[in-house]
Amino acid sequence: MNHDGAGHLPQVEAHRVDLTQAAADLLVRLRERHGELMFHQSGGCCDGSSPMCYPQGDFLTSEADVHLGDLVVQAGAGVESGGEPTFTVPVWMSRTQFEYWRHTHLTIDVVPGRGAGFSVEAPEGVRFLIRSRLLSDEESEALSSSGR
Amino acid sequence: MTVYAPPGTEGSVVEYRSRYDHWIGGEYLPPAKGEYFENPSPVTGQTFTEVARGTAEDIEAALDAAHGAAPAWARTSVTERANILNKIADRMEANLEKIAVAEAWENGKPVRETLAADIPLAIDHFRYFAGAIRAQEGSISEIDGDTIAYHFHEPLGVVGQIIPWNFPILMATWKLAPALAAGNAVVLKPAEQTPASILLLMDLIGDLLPPGVVNVVNGFGVEAGKPLASSPRIAKIAFTGETTTGRLIMQYASQNIIPVTLELGGKSPNIFFSDVASAQDDFYDKALEGFTMFALNQGEVCTCPSRALIQADIYDQFLGDAVERTKAVKQGNPLDTETMIGAQASNDQLEKILSYIDIGKQEGARVLTGGERAELGGELAGGYYVTPTIFEGNNAMRIFQEEIFGPVVSVTSFDEFDDAMKIANDTLYGLGAGVWSREAGTAYRAGRTIQAGRVWTNCYHAYPAAAAFGGYKGSGVGRENHKMMLDHYQQTKNLLVSYAPQKLGFF
Repeated sequence: MNHDGAGHLPQVEAHRVDLTQAAADLLVRLRERHGELMFHQSGGCCDGSSPMCYPQGDFLTSEADVHLGDLVVQAGAGVESGGEPTFTVPVWMSRTQFEYWRHTHLTIDVVPGRGAGFSVEAPEGVRFLIRSRLLSDEESEALSSSGR
Repeated sequence: MTVYAPPGTEGSVVEYRSRYDHWIGGEYLPPAKGEYFENPSPVTGQTFTEVARGTAEDIEAALDAAHGAAPAWARTSVTERANILNKIADRMEANLEKIAVAEAWENGKPVRETLAADIPLAIDHFRYFAGAIRAQEGSISEIDGDTIAYHFHEPLGVVGQIIPWNFPILMATWKLAPALAAGNAVVLKPAEQTPASILLLMDLIGDLLPPGVVNVVNGFGVEAGKPLASSPRIAKIAFTGETTTGRLIMQYASQNIIPVTLELGGKSPNIFFSDVASAQDDFYDKALEGFTMFALNQGEVCTCPSRALIQADIYDQFLGDAVERTKAVKQGNPLDTETMIGAQASNDQLEKILSYIDIGKQEGARVLTGGERAELGGELAGGYYVTPTIFEGNNAMRIFQEEIFGPVVSVTSFDEFDDAMKIANDTLYGLGAGVWSREAGTAYRAGRTIQAGRVWTNCYHAYPAAAAFGGYKGSGVGRENHKMMLDHYQQTKNLLVSYAPQKLGFF
């Protein structure tokens, strides 16, 4: 959770983006193969509107993008052998697209399918999918007061 | 009425192979890692063939073949290349029904569209570029009496092309025809949803091209598309797809300093001015068909008219008639020539459309018809079908701003011309638009005001060769479907020649 500038916690803990357990489990497996990961939400044709998952840093983000948040994922079997208990996966979206999406909360899910694009999960026979709901007024307030 | 038998079954006009390797150097080569992936038909959800799962090693093999073939291909005369393109077109025409049925089976689109549009357009496209390359001329600038600048067109060499799944053969043709006409060798990566129909086409036309001039490597984007797009051995990359992958491809291209052409989709407004309804005549009927074009190809078209803007004084009447027209769209077996809308191309595509219908409802948009998965039963029960859906809402909603790539149109009204233009241009994209008016001045001004590369005026979803197609804003870079696409596949060689014997006098 972010603190605001005055050191106060927002009244409501709000996130712009979350993920389902199935998506979290898949991220654990993908991270073992590809290393640290990131998402960039796509728009437009064909596989547009899909969250694209890349090795961290493969896709160059910039001032043209908004960092929606970091997904916190429980790490897999590596925990017992001394690895970190959790890892994070940042989620990005282009700034212009965000202006049209900012009133919605996003949940990254996974479904059977065959996405194109260079997203790393496609060879597994599954595809990340965005599910959306409207942010509540309280969530919107909390997010804007924490500068997100 | 005809119902075609599925490819490979008794009575079918066409048969897929049970397995496809990569098409490299004029022959089928197995994938380096020996792996294949299953290719299901969206009509039934059942696998009908398996396809080589390409990796960087296969891309390298294809690039080797392409680089081997490119110098000789570049030296062929334009006459030779044009003749080959015409022969490809003739061969496709002689096998039109086979190709059309095969493509419908792989993509899920209605066979009446592949028979009447996709494949005839692809055939014509090869002929158009056969003509365009014959007619292309370089230029000369006379700098002064003794100094001449000659401009020659030269091919780029070996180019990479990544093809989408919505029109597997037509979109491949849009990229192949100009690239080949211009004298390039190609490494082409089809979409993983539709990897086989292009290879079925190569089985038909492969012998017409020198080995290595066209190479087809299938596989997943991250395993085969990425090594192609990021390869320092290509001189250009062409991509049709979505914005994030488009940016990534531009990023790779920047690292190799090569040109890109990108076609990245849209959220096309289809605008109906009041005078459309001033008479209940053929034109009114045509406009209603124009509205219903959102269901063409199951809405899986970059230029799907997915936002309908109807002037307020005809809103109730026109929309009421449009809902009736939409309800009359016949959904069913894509191989039935009576079927107007078939299956979405994949399960994840189906899921994505349903997730958009969900957020549309949450945002308060009203479903006027459709809005759900279509359960067709029988052997189609495992297929991916969505009923044509009309939402009523406003332009700030996500369903008005994101390309759903399904048979879903979001409708709103406008009061005056300026309102229509404001709504039409309030989008990240600028690929297509439709304008409907009996008044030429209104239609013209609207067409010039809308920031989109293609404004259909009193028509929609026509894709004739010779009409430039490409995007403004986030919809991409470059223009396909027109002779100007040759420029995207050519270098300009300038010979600056002095015929003067006198020195300059500097040294």
